[in-house]
Amino acid sequence: MSGSPSSFVLPRYPPEDADQRTPVAFPGYRSTGLRAPLRTPVDLPHRLTEITGPVLGEDRVAPGDADLTLRAGGEAQGQRIVVFGRVLDSGGRPVPHALLEIWQANAAGRYRHVVDNWPAPLDPHFDGLGRVVTDSLGRYEFTTVKPGAYPWGNHHNAWRPAHIHFSLFGTAFTQRLVTQMYFPGDPLFGQDPIFNAIPPAARDRAIATFDLSRTQPDWALAYAWDVVLRGTDQTPFETDEDGDVA
Amino acid sequence: MTTHDSDLVRDADETNDRRPGTPRRGTGFLDGPLTLRTTPSATVGPFLAIGLTWPDGPFAVAEGTPGAVWLRGRVLDGNGDVVPDAMVETWQADPDGRFAHPDDPRGAATTEGFRGVGRSDTRHGEYAICTLKPGPVPDGEGGWQAPHVDVSVFARGLLDRVVTRVYFADEAQANAADPVLTGLSTEQRATLVAQPTEDGYRLDVHLQGDSETVFFAV
Repeated sequence: MSGSPSSFVLPRYPPEDADQRTPVAFPGYRSTGLRAPLRTPVDLPHRLTEITGPVLGEDRVAPGDADLTLRAGGEAQGQRIVVFGRVLDSGGRPVPHALLEIWQANAAGRYRHVVDNWPAPLDPHFDGLGRVVTDSLGRYEFTTVKPGAYPWGNHHNAWRPAHIHFSLFGTAFTQRLVTQMYFPGDPLFGQDPIFNAIPPAARDRAIATFDLSRTQPDWALAYAWDVVLRGTDQTPFETDEDGDVA
Repeated sequence: MTTHDSDLVRDADETNDRRPGTPRRGTGFLDGPLTLRTTPSATVGPFLAIGLTWPDGPFAVAEGTPGAVWLRGRVLDGNGDVVPDAMVETWQADPDGRFAHPDDPRGAATTEGFRGVGRSDTRHGEYAICTLKPGPVPDGEGGWQAPHVDVSVFARGLLDRVVTRVYFADEAQANAADPVLTGLSTEQRATLVAQPTEDGYRLDVHLQGDSETVFFAV
């Protein structure tokens, strides 16, 4: 096989251990019932399509996208916060120049969306959309207001803990991640099936850390949250006697 | 931007210390590569359109570009009902089978105006991506993969994305030799093969049901 012009060794992105990953379905989250696939997924070896991915960056970000508190010519209501951290891969390597897309409810727990019409006020100066690109060391930071909790119909008196949605591409199709960042000590964790779908060993990694050293005096509180994407294996892989990747 | 110190980030001392048996703070291993646990996924929820809408999302290539096709289909739940709050993302090679990415060992693709990625929500009942049909892609072992598109589906009710592939019905010969398709049953293969339409191709994604789409663990 070696010597063929189209033979090459590609990096692999080993999957996280199953007990550290959120499953696609979770019984307490009712919407999974008719939506989460029931059959076991088929293993897809990582080839060219999987180890490449969209290269997105500054071209998808407009000035002001990193500050959600200044929209439509005025200031958003609520507790102003800075959310910051690094995007890393599982080998500890920063993921630089990577796009993060975020969205969230306003301080009253209301999303600016047609299907969210619970009786909490909209904020004319908050649309809940943010975009940033990591710097050369994988760092990101944006300014927003702390989102409120909100009720939903999953079960009687169900409330979502405050959270911010994050979407990241990394640099490979295998690294694509959409997730939610929570705030420390939220009393709503215990009854929330979306939070509890995360395996216990992984839940802390979904929760930001309050960082007094990064609060901005007379201005904003600060929360730190690092995002870790899958990384590549560090040694060239070997093939077993069947030619499969060992 | 000011710096911050994170427990997750190795500092220079730890990174550079390669003496056998040297403890590395925070890794849980006395000697071995640093491994951080990954951030767990969560559902996009019902309000994904706030954060994940790009006006140009569906256009991996501009409409009217020679060779442009529309790839369309519904996303269906276990009752056969249309899922109107899903998002479909596509990633693919260009017509030459090359990727707009630095890790393509043949060099990054240079098809002008083509970006490889498409993103469409399903609020109008189906996803729709305007793209160029990909060429065959080397499998890395001297053979070829049939033209294909990698697809991620996100939706309320899915706590992680689900991944599938789109192949093309008018590539029967290439499909018959594709290393992924040949590992599947006839029924399974059928869930991945888009059929030609007037302006492109169509493939429904069945999240559940008798014709549940083949989803992949990547």
